[in-house]
Amino acid sequence: MARDHTHEHSHGHAPHPFQPDLEDTPLTHYQAMTQAVGDLLIEKGVFSADELRATLESIDARSPAAGARMVARAWVDEAFKAHMLEDVNAAAQELGIDAGGIPIRAVENTEVLHNVIVCTLCSCYPRLLIGLPPDWYKSRSYRSRTVREPRTVLAEFGTVIPEQVEVRVHDSTADLRYLVIPARPAGTDGWDEAALAEIVTRDCMVGVTLPKVPAF
Amino acid sequence: MSPRFGVGAAVQVRAAFPPGHVRTPFFVRGKSGRVTEILGPYRNPEELAYGRSGEPALPLYRVIFETASLWDDYQGAAKDTTLVDIYENWLDPVETRT
Amino acid sequence: MSKLTKESPAVLRRHHDMGGLPAGPVERAEHDYAPWEKRVDAILRLLADPKRRLITTDELRRGIEELGPGAYDEMSYYERWIASVTNNLLEKGVISVDELGRRMAEVKAAWPAGRAAESKP
Repeated sequence: MARDHTHEHSHGHAPHPFQPDLEDTPLTHYQAMTQAVGDLLIEKGVFSADELRATLESIDARSPAAGARMVARAWVDEAFKAHMLEDVNAAAQELGIDAGGIPIRAVENTEVLHNVIVCTLCSCYPRLLIGLPPDWYKSRSYRSRTVREPRTVLAEFGTVIPEQVEVRVHDSTADLRYLVIPARPAGTDGWDEAALAEIVTRDCMVGVTLPKVPAF
Repeated sequence: MSPRFGVGAAVQVRAAFPPGHVRTPFFVRGKSGRVTEILGPYRNPEELAYGRSGEPALPLYRVIFETASLWDDYQGAAKDTTLVDIYENWLDPVETRT
Repeated sequence: MSKLTKESPAVLRRHHDMGGLPAGPVERAEHDYAPWEKRVDAILRLLADPKRRLITTDELRRGIEELGPGAYDEMSYYERWIASVTNNLLEKGVISVDELGRRMAEVKAAWPAGRAAESKP
């Protein structure tokens, strides 16, 4: 087998996807493993290069915007919110959003309850609705401390929860993923859904921050 | 498999420490809580992890704990709570007297 | 009940099961995912999808847990993922050790200017 085989695929797809920006940096052991495993799986017909490319595009297309649209709709439409609290995956379909096959559960913040999501055992996260998790979500600090000192961790995000509000930590240990529906902030009366969705950030939907209304 | 516990049931997480792949966090083992929801049957992760079918599926519960009961030195509010999803093989009943 | 955690030997607690352990402040710095990291994610999604069902979430998790405490802390998130995915594929016979080793050597040799980093054992 030619040494440059990885650049000359015989199965009719685009040249090997070395990234120009990455070529300036050393190739690590695990990067080489990733390249080799993907190429071998394509050659063996486990999946096609097109399937891999389509999956990469779908990963890039996932962002917190989908979750934010759902939260904004829930804020203006009580029936939708009820549907979302009952079954996020089905409610997502109502908006033409594919939330995937893993069941997602929404938990709602109120005047007396603040929810925050963590995965102490790994890094489970509702990826299809809010994209890939940020580094801090996967960090030892967040995973260790959120269950033991949630209010201190929240304060590190600038979120101070009053003593009279219950802080409820959800450890996503099993088959479900969790998403926070933040409370609609004051000062947003009359806003349309698109404007509301803009203030619903990824971090709000993990429960580490609250939606902020920009000062005018 | 019909669920052994109903919503509202007082349960205790087994204080067990098997060496393999399990999804019950260390910090709730031996602790008592209450079932808030039966999430349904899910394939057993302790079997799935080793390439087997995960059948029979197990009832999966949402269990709520008072956070202050989980830690000796909890600094938050007394009303704070923690919810963890736990498979039925990890739960024992708790006798409740009212 | 609260005595349990204190009195249980630490050896009974597996290293990935970190809820409640002491740790420093949460660092909020983030990085954009590199193409190779997204490729790991895509490979896993395809292997786990209903069409293939070659790996389950729990097989991925077990593989990560079995990397051991040192690897768990020293490797990045997607390094752990690809290591676990690869071990699972080897166990299932989807790929062989020999072909993987040869192909990785080819990939490293083909890297521009041969700047492959020293591979760590």
